[in-house]
Amino acid sequence: MSVLELSARRLLDEMAAGRLTAVEVTQAYLDQIGRHDRDVGAFLRVDAEGAIAKASDVDERRRAGRPVGRLGGVPVAVKDILASRGELVTCASRTLEHFRAPYDATVIAKLKAADAVLIGRTNLDEFAMGGSTENSALQTTRNPWDLSRIPGGSSGGSAAAVAARMAPLAIGTDTGGSIREPAGLCGVTGMKPTYGVVSRFGLVAFASSLDQVGPLATSAEDAALLLEAIAGHDRADSTSVDAPVPPYSEWIGQPLEDLTLGLVREHFGPGLDAEVERAVREAVRVYESLGAKVKEVSLPHSKYCVATYYIIAPCEASSNLARYDGAHYGHRTDEKAMLAERDAERRHLESSGETAAVDELDTALVRMYRRSRSEGFGAEVKRRIMLGTYALSAGYYDAYYLKALKVRRLIRRDFDKAFDDVDLIAGPTTAAPAFKIGEKVDDPLAMYLVDLYTVSANLAGIGGISIPCGFTAAGLPIGLQLQAPPLEEDRLLRAAHMFQQATDWHTRRPPL
Amino acid sequence: MSEPYAIVIGLEVHVQLLTASKLFCGCSTKFGAPPNTQTCPICTGMPGTLPVMNRRAFELALQAAVALDCQIAPFTKWDRKQYYYPDLPKGYQISQYDLPFSHGGHLTISDAKGRFEAKQVGIIRVHLEEDAGKSVHDEQAGEADSRIDLNRAGTPLLEIVSQPDMRSPAEAKAYLDELKLLLVYLGVSDCNMQEGSLRVDANVNLHIAGAGGEKIATPIVEVKNMNSFRAVERALAYEADRQFEVWRETGRKLGDVPKQTRGWDDAADITRGQRHKEESSDYRYFPDPDLVPVTVSAKQVEEVRAALGELPAALRRRLETTYGITPYDSDVLVNQGQELVTYYVELAEASGDGKMAANWVQQDVLRTLNEQGASIGAFPIRPPQLAELLQKVRAGEVDTTRGREVFAAMLASGRSAAEAMRALGIEQVDESQLVELCRQLVAANPKLVADVKAGKLQAAGAFIGQAKKLNANVNPNRVREICLELIAKG
Repeated sequence: MSVLELSARRLLDEMAAGRLTAVEVTQAYLDQIGRHDRDVGAFLRVDAEGAIAKASDVDERRRAGRPVGRLGGVPVAVKDILASRGELVTCASRTLEHFRAPYDATVIAKLKAADAVLIGRTNLDEFAMGGSTENSALQTTRNPWDLSRIPGGSSGGSAAAVAARMAPLAIGTDTGGSIREPAGLCGVTGMKPTYGVVSRFGLVAFASSLDQVGPLATSAEDAALLLEAIAGHDRADSTSVDAPVPPYSEWIGQPLEDLTLGLVREHFGPGLDAEVERAVREAVRVYESLGAKVKEVSLPHSKYCVATYYIIAPCEASSNLARYDGAHYGHRTDEKAMLAERDAERRHLESSGETAAVDELDTALVRMYRRSRSEGFGAEVKRRIMLGTYALSAGYYDAYYLKALKVRRLIRRDFDKAFDDVDLIAGPTTAAPAFKIGEKVDDPLAMYLVDLYTVSANLAGIGGISIPCGFTAAGLPIGLQLQAPPLEEDRLLRAAHMFQQATDWHTRRPPL
Repeated sequence: MSEPYAIVIGLEVHVQLLTASKLFCGCSTKFGAPPNTQTCPICTGMPGTLPVMNRRAFELALQAAVALDCQIAPFTKWDRKQYYYPDLPKGYQISQYDLPFSHGGHLTISDAKGRFEAKQVGIIRVHLEEDAGKSVHDEQAGEADSRIDLNRAGTPLLEIVSQPDMRSPAEAKAYLDELKLLLVYLGVSDCNMQEGSLRVDANVNLHIAGAGGEKIATPIVEVKNMNSFRAVERALAYEADRQFEVWRETGRKLGDVPKQTRGWDDAADITRGQRHKEESSDYRYFPDPDLVPVTVSAKQVEEVRAALGELPAALRRRLETTYGITPYDSDVLVNQGQELVTYYVELAEASGDGKMAANWVQQDVLRTLNEQGASIGAFPIRPPQLAELLQKVRAGEVDTTRGREVFAAMLASGRSAAEAMRALGIEQVDESQLVELCRQLVAANPKLVADVKAGKLQAAGAFIGQAKKLNANVNPNRVREICLELIAKG
């Protein structure tokens, strides 16, 4: 059996038994990247040298009988939005294209401590804003199942890397569905934990109250392994949950007894692709065959989720991205050109006698800000900064931001009520399979609706997981989303594992 | 009031809290380090970093607010105040907007010299926020260059906003003195203006009595850049004159023009209008999602209150009632700080004369400390030793003038009062010896005797001078008394 077909769990067992070395494993994945990433474009940077060095170090320690971390020798791909000391973290943005972080994100520090082999950095929508990875300023990533289609986003690089078996495990981040949606569209397992389960320290912020780091893998069992390594309370993140990390990977084999699944009435309305609906309903029947009961539940405010999300997330983004002003780090405009431009404008105004307009000219500082930001950010990022700036402005705050916060509480209450009756909520991850690259770039609203089923978990702060549950006739993966009450990651993972024990969708590989 | 108007003054004071580390990271807050050496990824706003609240800063803030009799909010949160400036690395300042942790307090001010009646100045709110960095504008060879020092970025600041309750520059100065004293007593801040740990902005306008007796308010002006309390006083006095002149020329009232910001130019002794800010002042405040709200229970507030200790106002009252000193004396002593008060109290107790102790501390001890630039903690004459001298002065063993010599000798040699007196050859003159000496003086000075008899009692002073020449140790008061007695007996 090829290394690429083994789960991370198996790889660890094989390496522990001495039947495989970390270098062999790492090399196999580097070779796979070499074979396919030219087509897929999942990675922004591959650190072959560093990966092999780390793998050799792990092998050496294993041979010497010295302690090795829980992910010792397993390659992990990381979305390029987490800080790693001395290394680039671009967020797929021109503004941070050359930015090196002077510190480690908590997640990165934990992965290093777990002896994971950090094999490379994956592509994303600029600053994680998007659902197709088309908003990357640096590169196009393609869906391994159909290279003419998007991989989903914003963690599209991570999902595509796992789908193409260019990494057994990957780290993504999810603000409105950015792990689950690409996982669904690429046919892999991806989980957004409850807000606060994984530290955000070192995650370059998009929308602070919604952002959460999570695992992508080929199975729930492997996702559990990765989550275990990155979860846990962090004093450097005030919003981090102060609770011990359950041994997810140990418990994952225990099936859930008396499981009741909730199907959300509002999730099966118009707009849901027929093939997706069929696959999801079939998945629910699989659970029934495993002894689960199914109940219909209602999330009455779900129709406001996308609107609420597109107020709160841009508001926070407009503030979080204010620091990219060219003064301290990130892209700064060419100052000579900027000053020359300003002088030319001044001369023109003076010669045409418009002295009042001369006084209205930007100061050099303001013009530096303006030009640096105009050049550094892409269209979608600018759109969201403008939305957020507008919504937070005097006179609009109450009508938009404050109202959105109120609706957000109602959305959470809907979930709390639903979870009084059911253990998990099941439904489609996305309304449709992966669309063609370029298909929606001119229609931001259609693009925003991609998050329809996923944003609610971020707004409510609960956990969700997407697992493969079938394919369309055209061979595109379909994702099943499970959602659980806060801090029930264990329940999510066990339920996903039950399904994966009974089905083999997650073992399918794209025809690369 | 001689002016045809009332000055209305409100002050906004920022003080730096005495924490070892910054408000949201572990960097040192020590003043004077080389630029950008007290920084980390958090206070330089590096992408991905998160703030974590410094508990100690909140404790100190709570102490200050409780001492100012503020109401403490049971729930408080942190807001982002957003604006662009190169010394603000995140593009926003973490501050408090609509739910400050405290509001509605007051501070009582009075003037020991009686220039104004004691009054309460209302405190609108006290809130906690982080400081920005410092822009250093370096203009050499015609090429302007700006540099940023982020050592100060993230330092905890307390913003204390008063009601517009002050009616003269002297009241404003008194408010600042009293506020500083309170915060220094609490150990909340060192309030060092030179190092920027206390900054003052003033809002000032005039209420002018109109022709029909109606009240006319002039536009409110915010005055900045005042770097001493004296400067505040002078700037406010200047601003009052200026506003009155402007009103006479233009008749402009509050609301006719937007609020103006003026900077105090200390060298020129004037305020100057400052350029309007580039951006309008829509700070787009919203709750910082990176920080969790803080809840404070009534029990916590009571614990803070109980642990405050004696505050300056109460301390002054205690000194006045216990030791019989004047408000002026208690004011001078308390203003010198806790350590000096402790010294004074020990001296008053040991000497048994609070008034005398107050005089000696203010005149001799403080003068010496000022001359030497020393602190009371290191002052070599401790209260028991000084008390011994005071008792000797009181018992007439040594007069006040010679007592000062003894004091100087004690200071120089480290000797006790008795030893110093012996070294100076000061010994009490026997009463019979003294009477004999006075008898000789009376006999030898018939003109002086005649003067005294004619009612010029001050002429007796001349006897003291002559007596001292004969014997330096004579008690001048006794000499005077004895001479007068002898003359009276005739």
